[in-house]
Amino acid sequence: MTTIAIAIILGCCALGAGVAMIAGIGPGIGEGYAVGKACEAIARQPEQKGSVTTTMLMGCAVAETTGLYALVIAILLIFVAPNTLLKVWQKFVNANPMV
Amino acid sequence: MKKTLRFRLVDGLLIAMMILPFVLCWILKVLFTPASEGIAISGPLVYLRIDLTPQPLYISESVVVSAAVVIAVFALCLYLTHGICVECRTKRQVIAEFIVEKATDFVTGNMGERFIGFAPFVAAILALSALSSLASLIGLYSPTSDINIVAGWAAIVFILITYYKLKGGVGNYLKSFGDPIPIFYPFNVISEVATPVSMTFRHYGNILSGAVISALVGSGLAGLSSLILGLFSKAEWYTTWVASIPFLRVGLPAILSLYFDLFSSALQAFIFAMLTMLYIANGYPAEEAAARKQKREEKRAARAAAKAGQPSAACPDGDERNE
Repeated sequence: MTTIAIAIILGCCALGAGVAMIAGIGPGIGEGYAVGKACEAIARQPEQKGSVTTTMLMGCAVAETTGLYALVIAILLIFVAPNTLLKVWQKFVNANPMV
Repeated sequence: MKKTLRFRLVDGLLIAMMILPFVLCWILKVLFTPASEGIAISGPLVYLRIDLTPQPLYISESVVVSAAVVIAVFALCLYLTHGICVECRTKRQVIAEFIVEKATDFVTGNMGERFIGFAPFVAAILALSALSSLASLIGLYSPTSDINIVAGWAAIVFILITYYKLKGGVGNYLKSFGDPIPIFYPFNVISEVATPVSMTFRHYGNILSGAVISALVGSGLAGLSSLILGLFSKAEWYTTWVASIPFLRVGLPAILSLYFDLFSSALQAFIFAMLTMLYIANGYPAEEAAARKQKREEKRAARAAAKAGQPSAACPDGDERNE
């Protein structure tokens, strides 16, 4: 029973991290779109290259935020959540020895 | 200018102040790293634990390295401005003037002339953030991949933003959340609180993801090279001594390091400083400042007129009485 519970906890943490990183699609599409538009802008006005590049990097960094939220969740699920959940499970088992 | 012995001595002391903190960090890291694992993705090593009442205070690797970076930047500033004068043109003075000029231009270009006093603060954030991230190049744990360090910076920035928003009037600040309709109040409060959180996560997530991917690629290449070498022989001396040489790790991770350590570090430092400037400058826009200044001057003029008006108002009365 305990073994199965620990296995389920670890497996679900890993699965959850994988599912959380689906959010990486969004920033990928968004940043690609931004960079494409920046290329068009530079092609139209090559003399504005410096300011266009700066603004694009700025926008990319801001667009990346949602992906990084997902990354933080995934990192928490992999490195922090298993230990915490196992501790909680241990407490539960100690409190209910019949389980 | 002739360099005296005292001048050289102070110079040497400052250079030592730049290098010694990092050497100390290396020594601490070597002493405290557990011998067992080769590559491990873990948080910072904890050097010291001080038991305080609410919760224990951990003196971790990130705290030590960021303190080393602070001391090094401080010593660098002192070194660059050592022996500074009006006429002479030493190399270090030119570099110092270049840095100050660039920082001032950067701040005035993005925030306007009113916020020129922010140049040292923004330059400090830029230098601290960039050098903290670059500490991973010399084998130290970069403090910016620890959420606590970056959250501290973001908290300082959030306090500054709120201070400048409150400068436009407490009533205006509270009212600004009910924009465009009062139903949006809780959402605007949440988005206000999300500012430092997103700044923290952006910086720390970028640096940490770079570190994690580098460690994964490093361990993967080590496994791959031992697999390739293990194909040739199964003898015990061979598998223990020769096949464990991670020859694929020579050079290849450096390409990743070029992006994750150099480019990403510099970019994130730039973005953190840029967002700091934009948020602070937007918190107290120029029109509002001008309007408030005008209102204050009108008030002062009205008060002055009232003060000057009392005797002059008495005069016509007297005149009327005289008539």
